Amino acid sequence: MKKVRLETHNICKNYAGELIIKDINIYLRENELVSLLGVSGIGKSTLFNVIAGVTAPEAGQVFLDGRDITGQAGKVSYMQQKDLLQPHLKVLDNVALPLFIRGMKKSKARTEALKYFEDFGIAGTEDKYPTQLSGGMRQRAALLRTYLFSRDVALFDEPFSALDAITKRAMHRWYLALMERINMAALFITHDIDEAILLSDRIYIMTGPPGVIASELIIEPPRPRGDDFLVSDAFLNYKRQIIKLLSLA
Amino acid sequence: MKKSANISNNIYPALLLATLFVAWYLATATGLVPGFMLPSPLDVLRAFIDSFSELMRHARVTLTEAFTGLGLSIILAFVIALLMDRFEGLYKALHPLLVISQTIPTVAIAPLLVLWLGYDMAPKIALVVLTCFFPMTISLLGGFKGSDLDAINLMRAMGAKKWQIYRYIKLPNALPGFFSGLRISVSYAIVGAVIAEWLGGNSGLGVYMTRVRKSYAFDKMFAVIFLIAFLSLFLMKGVELLEKRAMPWVFTTREEEWQEN
Repeated sequence: MKKVRLETHNICKNYAGELIIKDINIYLRENELVSLLGVSGIGKSTLFNVIAGVTAPEAGQVFLDGRDITGQAGKVSYMQQKDLLQPHLKVLDNVALPLFIRGMKKSKARTEALKYFEDFGIAGTEDKYPTQLSGGMRQRAALLRTYLFSRDVALFDEPFSALDAITKRAMHRWYLALMERINMAALFITHDIDEAILLSDRIYIMTGPPGVIASELIIEPPRPRGDDFLVSDAFLNYKRQIIKLLSLA
Repeated sequence: MKKSANISNNIYPALLLATLFVAWYLATATGLVPGFMLPSPLDVLRAFIDSFSELMRHARVTLTEAFTGLGLSIILAFVIALLMDRFEGLYKALHPLLVISQTIPTVAIAPLLVLWLGYDMAPKIALVVLTCFFPMTISLLGGFKGSDLDAINLMRAMGAKKWQIYRYIKLPNALPGFFSGLRISVSYAIVGAVIAEWLGGNSGLGVYMTRVRKSYAFDKMFAVIFLIAFLSLFLMKGVELLEKRAMPWVFTTREEEWQEN
């Protein structure tokens, strides 16, 4: 069994006096892709903000490699639906931004970032401005920025939900192929059931309010899975099961 | 395609301007308006050429005041906007005061400034600062406050320090607004300096203006007015060029749709 990288213990978070998420216990193993699936507004993003250290929880702890990182930003990387590429920076500088922030010398950071442009499928875009790129390319650049921020553990908050359906499928295929090459444990937020089944090793189903982890599913067969998995009986069975779990709430 | 569109865009204002000049010329040449009230455009042009060296000597003084005041305003605007963005209490305290400061008529405060600061450049520069810092402060502040919260959160999640958030998010976000503020301010700067010069001093376009008005040399009067307008336009164009240099990302167009693969 691979070792656990990220773990949360009984996280509770209030917002405006109301309990948003309650006793959240989840974990993420090395190299694992785990999805957090639930309807919009259930508190998925709140949980992410707590894990990312942007907001502090009312109760509970976050552990990275066994160390308590509750309320500490800069430990796990974070990517949103909006690519948040800065319009005034060229793609190369956008991607290298986490290295700049860490205090790495600019020339060194750029060289370091450039190494991965090929792998992430954005070679040749380094001197462009983000507005000159398509949505899919921007997401790839944002993903590389996330990877350079922390290559071990990354949080993804609906990263592909702003893309059109066809681009989204292409991104899924590309993302799964990429994950075979790089080692990165990833926790995905999504409300897209197909996306969760396709990308994940494991799925947490979140129901509420207040948001709680209602159940956990392990998706077989292990990755990599071919395109026909999307139309297989196994896939449909998972989908049926998840719809049922979500509607029970 | 683009070039020809540009030319036809310029042709309309050029035609209107030419028509106005011709109308002006005809009005004076036919005696419709007596010459002592409105000089002919040719007289104005002659006056401009004849007093060119004198005009330039005064323009240098006015421009020095305008630029010094503008430079100080830019520094002041950055400092005030940064502090107001950083400290919410200061924002609440200062914002109404800033707005009130703009309701005081320039012409009313100029004589006081002369009284307090003397006949040299100091009161003129002070007046320029008073008129110029406001548009820039407000637009800078708007840019700082209007920065994308998600982007700031992401920076924080990356462990960015406060100055890094300003460096990479807030300042770049405030630049477009800053430049539109600056464009307004440069024209205010010259007008502000001229108004201050009206009320006292030994040189400057405002002083020259008062002199020629007192001697009823309306042709020279118009020559100064055109010079001031021209200087303002020239500076605004300069700001535009500076803007293009400072924000290349705004002026690069999306050349091609990148292929997904």
